[in-house]
Amino acid sequence: MAFGWLPGAVSDIAHGAATTILLIAVTTLAETLLSILGAAGRRNGPALLRHAIAWYVEVMRNTPFLVQLFFIFFGLPSLGIRLDPILAAMLAMTLNMAAYTIEIVGAGLDAVPHGQTEAALALGLRPRQVFIKIVLPQALKVIYPALTSQIVIMMLESAVVSQIAVRELTYEADMLQARTFRSFETYFVVTLVYLALSMALRRLLVTGGRRALGAGVS
Amino acid sequence: MIEFTLWDIVRNLLLATRWTVLLSLAAFVGGAVVGMAVLFLRISRNKWSRRLASGYIALFQGTPLLMQLFLMFFGLPMLGLRIEPWTAAVLGLTFFASAYLAEIWRSGVDALPLGQWDAGASLGLHYLQELRLIILPQAFAITRAPTVGFLVQLIKSTALTSIIGFEELVRTSNAINNATFEPFKVYGLVALIFFVMCFPLTQYARRLEKRASAI
Repeated sequence: MAFGWLPGAVSDIAHGAATTILLIAVTTLAETLLSILGAAGRRNGPALLRHAIAWYVEVMRNTPFLVQLFFIFFGLPSLGIRLDPILAAMLAMTLNMAAYTIEIVGAGLDAVPHGQTEAALALGLRPRQVFIKIVLPQALKVIYPALTSQIVIMMLESAVVSQIAVRELTYEADMLQARTFRSFETYFVVTLVYLALSMALRRLLVTGGRRALGAGVS
Repeated sequence: MIEFTLWDIVRNLLLATRWTVLLSLAAFVGGAVVGMAVLFLRISRNKWSRRLASGYIALFQGTPLLMQLFLMFFGLPMLGLRIEPWTAAVLGLTFFASAYLAEIWRSGVDALPLGQWDAGASLGLHYLQELRLIILPQAFAITRAPTVGFLVQLIKSTALTSIIGFEELVRTSNAINNATFEPFKVYGLVALIFFVMCFPLTQYARRLEKRASAI
């Protein structure tokens, strides 16, 4: 074991970690929006849309993220859709994660008692207002813990996007070990960075959620 | 240049699928064995054993599987062990699975009323007998759905072993893709094969879940 290379590698590792954080931040925002639309569509949309969403969820949940990533990055260009590695990664992460969170958000929507909707309608709110102002906040509160762990899982899974040359944490580790020939030490340090990131992310989400939603998250 | 027909591609992919299946099974069985050991520590009466097991679980659930595989692949040779991608893949996935399975089963043990332990003790059963005859059968029964669900996750996770050089489905598909330049078709087929393996299990897990909530 030798760590003499570490001081020179700190900036690369920090840069990679920043990209990983950027990836998960963008993904979380895009995916939350998408899963709210998806869950609402699955409940209230036309039959065709409901079936399409149900199949989308099944397909994404029953195939590996790595294959989805390759399909999007290598496969889509043959349809004329050519994406930057980082955009392809964000798209793949968003589409993958939405399949899980559509179910989670859906469960949250189901957990809000129907009386809430009726009461809001009786107060003269329009259906859209009822959804956005009454049902959704309560649903988010219920599902927040599940959403939090899904975000952390996705952050860890994002290590895979190094395979399409997105310069995130794992990619930087690959480059470092090729330069230093200290493979084990490099991946050991980077694994610790991931561990710290996942712990910090969880802590941040729990505190942030408590403040924003008043959710009882542990 | 060799021409690849659709059948050539499918046949090669199906041949590689054998390795994906074998790896999934090996990791699941290995993970169950090691997971049992972790479970015993996790529910032990000794505070330090419990902490050790919690730390083990947190470590594997808090780091990417890809890093765990890299550490296996590059770490074991440092201990003087000659290591093939297959060994690193099986060991890496085994430890990964053990942490998740131990945590799933632990939730089953925790869900049982304490009266079950008391009843076992009042029958004069030894701690291990209590576990074997009363606690674990019930804990396994109520966690069957998440266990099957985790098997699906494990099958999908075998895709990552392509990155450390294990010749399974995804690595083979990369090679075929490099020869045919038909990524849309090749990765589409790979996704289909994974779907055919995982979807029945997902449905099975869902049925188990429904049955469990009906009781």
